[in-house]
Amino acid sequence: MNILVCVSPVPDTTTKITFADNNTKFNTNGVQFIINPYDELALTRALEITEAQGGEVTVITVGTAGTEPIIRKALAIGAHNAIRVNLDPVDAMQVAKAIQVAVADKSFDLILTGRESIDHNGGLVAGLLAELMGMNLINVVTKIDVDGTTVTAVRDIDGGRETVSCELPAVLSAQKDLCEPRIPNMRGIMQARTKPLQVVEYSESATGTSVSSFELPPAKEGVKLIDAANAGELIDLLRTEKKLI
Amino acid sequence: MIAVYIETDGGSIKKSSLEALAYGADLAAQTGDQCAAVLLGSTSDVNLGDSGANKTLTITGDALSTFTAETFAAAMDQACAELDAHTIIISNTYNGKSIAPRLAVKRNAAIVSGVVSQADTSTGFSVRKSCFSNKAFAQVAVNGENRVITLIPNSYEVKSFGLSASASTSAYVGPQATVKSVSIDKVKGKIPLTEAELVVSAGRGMKGPENWGMIEELADILGAATACSKPVSDMDWRPHSEHVGQTGITIKPNLYIAVGISGAIQHLAGVSSSKVICVINTDPEAPFFKAADYGIVGDAFEVVPKLIARAKELKTA
Repeated sequence: MNILVCVSPVPDTTTKITFADNNTKFNTNGVQFIINPYDELALTRALEITEAQGGEVTVITVGTAGTEPIIRKALAIGAHNAIRVNLDPVDAMQVAKAIQVAVADKSFDLILTGRESIDHNGGLVAGLLAELMGMNLINVVTKIDVDGTTVTAVRDIDGGRETVSCELPAVLSAQKDLCEPRIPNMRGIMQARTKPLQVVEYSESATGTSVSSFELPPAKEGVKLIDAANAGELIDLLRTEKKLI
Repeated sequence: MIAVYIETDGGSIKKSSLEALAYGADLAAQTGDQCAAVLLGSTSDVNLGDSGANKTLTITGDALSTFTAETFAAAMDQACAELDAHTIIISNTYNGKSIAPRLAVKRNAAIVSGVVSQADTSTGFSVRKSCFSNKAFAQVAVNGENRVITLIPNSYEVKSFGLSASASTSAYVGPQATVKSVSIDKVKGKIPLTEAELVVSAGRGMKGPENWGMIEELADILGAATACSKPVSDMDWRPHSEHVGQTGITIKPNLYIAVGISGAIQHLAGVSSSKVICVINTDPEAPFFKAADYGIVGDAFEVVPKLIARAKELKTA
């Protein structure tokens, strides 16, 4: 069982988001980057599966050399080897194509991603990879079980969950509740330093989309406080001022 | 031609799909184009002309009786080829998000997900999308002739267009499903959180799961869905499907009432796009008040019953 886990570096969840270069770039100054939380779940579940059934976990990141601390952390958590595609990606399609090309000479039974990165919130790479590589897709899953060549997963649907199954190879994207993320231990951190990290180049000039500017949401006008003793007034205000109820 | 995927649930058309259709229809008007509504598997007698469609195309086939990303993407691909569609609008639901990327590859299209407002077509084609977990927006230029847009539910108004749509049907010619549905577990009779216009949410301030009765009662009277904060779902006081926030569900209802939730940045990420936010918290320093439109500093156990009582009075008045 060989599993590929796609790992994306994202700003820490407590980061105050600001922009630089006339609001055209995310301001990374002083920002702590972490493994995208959903990708961390995908990685942990991949390790659980290979520990039970044998096989290797490869992590892949599309990013410049600055993303290597994240890749080393994934190796410290337990991934067996890593690939970095040396590219500062512009959009999800470019990421998916870069991954497809980088792993063209390898074969994986399972490809796992997070359900989305918490910076771009695209949630597209799993679906794009499945289509590009001609694999089955199960998106946004909270449970993954592999039995022989069949994977059974529970995916989120509007207002509930659906259990689905398909043959391998397949691409699945991890949702919260899939497992408890692992924290690297000292032994893992030491081992990670010598685990193989392959750097591959990818060049494609044209991309389908590009961000022209960023904007912060408008600030709220300020809270209107209602006395707790007359709490019922809130209902009246929502009805008369906002016409919501 | 602009093609809009119309998602159905138990035979009825989802409101989020009608929003996508209104988006497609306005975009068509803006660019001198036509808009087609695409139904997969099940036909509908709803007049989609009034919702903005110039025509409807239904792809029928046994393979489309249950949802899978591959068959539905293949059916959309077939529909788009028949319609000669260059722009495809899909609501950003779980199913929509599974179809959209597969379809983008099939159509050789650029794709933008999480779009929140109408495209700017004054120069090229550019859309605004939510990013950094609702802490920011990005204006995204979409290049090329073909594009797939996924629209966040509750971002666009459903309207009456008064058009009459011509209808046609084609038989599905794509592959059979290789992903099989084993079982579906749906919370019956409840409003799905992502589609709810009103949401009542509660956090650790409720002290325990046994106290959720009043939250549900308030939600019931208002016709709202219930939600919760991360700690509450982590402690299994409430199901995971109710967890809103950065690592939970992102929602943008018209009204979000937060009871006993302090408003950590990760929680705000999931709800800050709500149009009106009301916060009830004992702590006047709770960060949530800064993001709120209305606030009540007080104990949930005193405040919520008053809200219920007043809502009941107005309902019977």
